[in-house]
Amino acid sequence: MSTVKLTIDNRQVEVKVGATILEAARSVGIKIPTLCAWTEINHTPGACRVCMTEVEGQRGLIAACVFPVSDGMVVHTNTEKVRMARKMVVELLLANHPQECNYCVRNGNCELQKVAEFVGLKEVRFDYTQFPKEGMIDHSSPSIVRDSRKCIECHRCVAVCEQIQTVSVLTPAHRGSKVKVVPAFDLPLIESNCIACGQCILACPVGALYEKDDVDLVWKALQDPTKHVIVQEAPAIRAALGEEFDMPPGSLVTGKMIAALRRLGFDKVFDTNFTADLTIIEEGNELLKRVKEGGTLPMITSCSPGWIKFCEHFYPDLLDHLSTCKSPQQMFGALAKTYYAELSGIDPKDIVSVSIMPCTAKKFEAQRPEMNSSGFRDVDYVLTTRELGRMIKEGGIDFVNLPDEDYDAPMGEYTGAGTIFGATGGVMEAALRTVYAVVTGKDLPSLDITPVRGLEGVKEATVKVGPLGDVKIAVAHGLGNARKLMDKIREGKADYAFIEIMCCPGGCIAGGGEPIPTNNEIRVLRSAALYKDDGKVQKKRQSHENESVKKLYDKFLKEPLGHKSHQLLHTHYEKRGTEVPHKKNA
Amino acid sequence: MTMDETEILKEFSPEQIVKLNEIIKKHKGKPGGLIPVLEEAQVSLEYLPMSVQKKIARELNLPLSRVYGVVTFYSFFTMTPRGKYTVRVCLGTACYVRGGKAISETVEKELGINEGETTPDRMFTLETIRCLGACGLGPVVVVNEDVHGRVKSSKVREILSQYK
Ligand code: SF4
Ligand code: SF4
Ligand code: SF4
Ligand code: FES
Ligand code: FES
Repeated sequence: MSTVKLTIDNRQVEVKVGATILEAARSVGIKIPTLCAWTEINHTPGACRVCMTEVEGQRGLIAACVFPVSDGMVVHTNTEKVRMARKMVVELLLANHPQECNYCVRNGNCELQKVAEFVGLKEVRFDYTQFPKEGMIDHSSPSIVRDSRKCIECHRCVAVCEQIQTVSVLTPAHRGSKVKVVPAFDLPLIESNCIACGQCILACPVGALYEKDDVDLVWKALQDPTKHVIVQEAPAIRAALGEEFDMPPGSLVTGKMIAALRRLGFDKVFDTNFTADLTIIEEGNELLKRVKEGGTLPMITSCSPGWIKFCEHFYPDLLDHLSTCKSPQQMFGALAKTYYAELSGIDPKDIVSVSIMPCTAKKFEAQRPEMNSSGFRDVDYVLTTRELGRMIKEGGIDFVNLPDEDYDAPMGEYTGAGTIFGATGGVMEAALRTVYAVVTGKDLPSLDITPVRGLEGVKEATVKVGPLGDVKIAVAHGLGNARKLMDKIREGKADYAFIEIMCCPGGCIAGGGEPIPTNNEIRVLRSAALYKDDGKVQKKRQSHENESVKKLYDKFLKEPLGHKSHQLLHTHYEKRGTEVPHKKNA
Repeated sequence: MTMDETEILKEFSPEQIVKLNEIIKKHKGKPGGLIPVLEEAQVSLEYLPMSVQKKIARELNLPLSRVYGVVTFYSFFTMTPRGKYTVRVCLGTACYVRGGKAISETVEKELGINEGETTPDRMFTLETIRCLGACGLGPVVVVNEDVHGRVKSSKVREILSQYK
């Protein structure tokens, strides 16, 4: 590898050819502020100019995030000229920005605030823009809110939506002072093909994109003495919630999370992992049935609602490949107001079922009209990890010092297989463990199926499953990667039996509702926490060993894929296509 | 026929659609084909409404959002049809202080449209401009190539009536 030698702030630096000044500076711990650059996905539009530096021999100031280094280059990052220019840039940004930090969702975790602090801004000498009261905030989506007033035009959301998720909802549009990031034709998000994944929220440096906040609705239910409020938490929550309280990424906080939920006033604290185990039983049997009866293969997992909506829009011709299993969240919801209502003798109309999810698309999923098989809304409210964090703070709970508590029976019991649903490859690994056991009557020689773990975009493996012989499987996460597998299926070139697809890069541990920042380093740490729960904490690691799930079948469901299962645990999909509604001259 | 094509037929003749198809075919599959397609479509259809943008996006296999982003970025493209006459009211400093704003309001009232819009009979499109370089004549109203100087609000109707 050939390298380049240069000087930054009188220090000798050696970096690989093609590196930018920003990368070179970072490699020796010299900090340069940035806003529009998001190097992890190679998004460096060079637009915001807060990263300016002085390069000897160059006229004007140079944007460090885009300018490549060369041999003998001499860079200064903290001259008077640089500092004044950066201040001016931030000053202008703030003058054109609502003065709302005190009650902004990103207060304390906002890159614009951090940059203002970095450059030592002490005043804004320009008049603040007055924004119109109406028309600047899009509340149309059940998942995502867009506040154009706070947008700083960094286009990080556009990049992630287009390049990583390949949904391409958002675009910069119009010109001059009217420039704005919008869906096509300035339509509200709900009328676009937005799949509600929330990856744009994770990308946004400021409070211009955030989850629809349902915290107050949950507080209201908790205050209502006539309501029995129960809660389920997705696997990925326990690996990330600690970050909302400044615990290091990768802290496994299951016990504290349960304790916090009890203190908030939930009547029962159950776990989505319970229905993750249940999903494996239903989905595993569905796969075996398709294999035996010549059903549509490859079968594809259906627990990720952003992925489902994506498939409905972009691959409506391949919906038969989707497992008919509802997601664990919705299985839980359907059982909460039937099975649990029966067991506890509580009228289902008085049960409020809340879920804590790493995902903004789960808010959309809970509102799908067909998700009412209990005769009620199966899941009433969905909160993201971030919303739960805010609720715990609002509730005055000292999260970090909480004791560990245990979930409630019966819908809290789970195995390690349920936990790993939260990481890419986890559903596949959990399913293979059980499918192998069902087919062969024995456990897999090793329960760790490492080829499906990790952040590689598309993973493939072949597993010998007794009399079924070699079973070829594939795993994709992030919708750009999903497309690769879907196009293969469309072309008739996919010889897999089973595919796992997760909407978000890394799986649910990096869902659009997870703590900010979420980046690759943090993805690895959060996944490791889940694999630790599976490998070290849980005694049982296979879904079919979950006693409460067994009891659920004995007492209520009777058999996998049986009548009751079909009624409560399985669903159908909608051919949405990519057409956006037609309005004249929108 | 897709929904979009029915929409296109409401606004354009079959001949224009044949032309649009040819334009798309010519540039399809070539890198950077979007802008030439939009340019030629703008010239032959005179405006690029939603239905046309959707068709172009679909046939070039591009996100609709990108097509819309480009159309709204360049002033050459319009999403609404232009009228036979473009009425430009100057709101440059000189014209403004001599009552340009009142003139533009009167024109809006007379034509029943706002700035940037076209009358339903497609006779007039209303625009405002900043200084034509004819400040001595202000306030100035230009209709296509005709420059009308020292316009008074009371004369607006008379001026427009010349173009019916
Ligand atoms: S986005 Fe950042 S700077 Fe803007 S109001 Fe929110 S916290 Fe303040
Ligand atoms: S939620 Fe996902 S699909 Fe929707 S705009 Fe954001 S990134 Fe794109
Ligand atoms: S919405 Fe956020 S991510 Fe998107 S351009 Fe605006 S500031 Fe950047
Ligand atoms: S971070 Fe370099 S221009 Fe925005
Ligand atoms: S200001 Fe109107 S022509 Fe100059």
